[in-house]
Amino acid sequence: MGAEEKGTFKLKVGLAQMLKGGVIMDVVTPEHAKIAEDAGAVAVMALERVPADIRAQGGVARMSDPELILKIMDAVSIPVMAKARIGHFVEAQILEALGIDYIDESEVLTPADEEHHINKHAFKVPFVCGCRNLGEALRRIGEGAAMIRTKGEAGTGDVVEAVRHARRVLGEIRHLQNLPEEEVMAYAKELGAPYELLMETRALGRLPVVNFAAGGIATPADAALMMQLGVDGVFVGSGIFKSGDPAKRAAAIVKATTHYNDPKILAEVSRNLGEPMVGRQVSDIPEDQLIADRGW
Amino acid sequence: MKIGVLALQGSFHEHQAILQTLGVQVVQVRLPQELDGLDGLIIPGGESTTIGKLAVDFNLLQPLQQFGKEHAIWGTCAGSIFLSKDAHRQQPLLSLMDIQVERNAFGRQVDSFETDLEIPVLQSVSKEKPLFHCVFIRAPLIEKVGTGVEVLAKLPDGRIVAARQGHLLATSFHPELTEDARFHQYFLEVVQ
Repeated sequence: MGAEEKGTFKLKVGLAQMLKGGVIMDVVTPEHAKIAEDAGAVAVMALERVPADIRAQGGVARMSDPELILKIMDAVSIPVMAKARIGHFVEAQILEALGIDYIDESEVLTPADEEHHINKHAFKVPFVCGCRNLGEALRRIGEGAAMIRTKGEAGTGDVVEAVRHARRVLGEIRHLQNLPEEEVMAYAKELGAPYELLMETRALGRLPVVNFAAGGIATPADAALMMQLGVDGVFVGSGIFKSGDPAKRAAAIVKATTHYNDPKILAEVSRNLGEPMVGRQVSDIPEDQLIADRGW
Repeated sequence: MKIGVLALQGSFHEHQAILQTLGVQVVQVRLPQELDGLDGLIIPGGESTTIGKLAVDFNLLQPLQQFGKEHAIWGTCAGSIFLSKDAHRQQPLLSLMDIQVERNAFGRQVDSFETDLEIPVLQSVSKEKPLFHCVFIRAPLIEKVGTGVEVLAKLPDGRIVAARQGHLLATSFHPELTEDARFHQYFLEVVQ
């Protein structure tokens, strides 16, 4: 019998594999976390403000108070994630010390470094990172991310950017698969992606880690749309707790993510959910206020 | 042979991929009628609270219990919790296997681990040494087994991580996350 190994890349990716087909929900209180768990969330993202409030209130958005994160960890039996600022490896060290299950190095918070992301290989805790395209996804995986989420545009309730980023990543993978091997190096240069990871992606026909969608998903139909486009699961941020009936909407989005290919069930679960989050059309947001552009 | 994989949530694609390398026909099960004509079923890893809730919402609880009376079912990690009688917590369970489990028994994700364990029953499918690479992710432990439940694998300290009761199989770890198909082959033997 061999020794026990901890903190391996396989274990990091493995937890994300266990979240597949599920919904990860943003929560700001232990009570929200319970509602999310009871609705069938596979994990919760513990934070002080949902993205819609971060957007509205402005200011510097940082890692949440560890006290709040610990209370949320105590409240539920499912995995708990929390966000660190891009490049802020000390926030990540603190989150790891708290025993968090996954760290989201997130563009939703104000970046701490405008050139470099965290070296995620240096941690035992797994990381999820956002991306808008294949190059960005593979750069993050190269730094040690064990899970990827397409960014979308957080806090808007507008799914358009989530669709754009998922189509971009999945489309670039399809293109990559059609390239003869001698053209892959030039494509790596074009995308700014590590060559070895590009070759691995080409062989697998998908990203080498689990890929969720995020940023603007607000309805069961939005969740099913992302699943049909080919992602492994969804993050819902402001879309649940900024709606009229969070418990009901949360449960409906969970059902829609499982039965994403069954329009009859989607019609049934979409009925009578109360007010969706008001939302903000991405095309009305000035370019310098777009969150998804953060990340290098 | 036709094997179902409960596809409500979790690592069902991973199970499906291994079964397909063994030449088995695989059906994803999300609704009760999809159990018809199956010879056995795998309940994958995932979140047991999510899988349980969706099983209740889509009226699968009773059909799954009925199925398990006559057919083989194998639960990995969350699936083993779902098969158990007691998980120390109010959540939907199939109560098919006479085992008591403790969820997240090893701690949080930073305590997840992988290790090689000896699993003697695997010798029925392969002559090689019955060491198996076991991946434990926020894993449950099988705390107690009832009479008629056979223990298949233990950690070096004696704690139980795999058990069989007739045609029902529970593992705390994830054979679907390895390239090794022996546990799936063993399950197919149980099915037959």
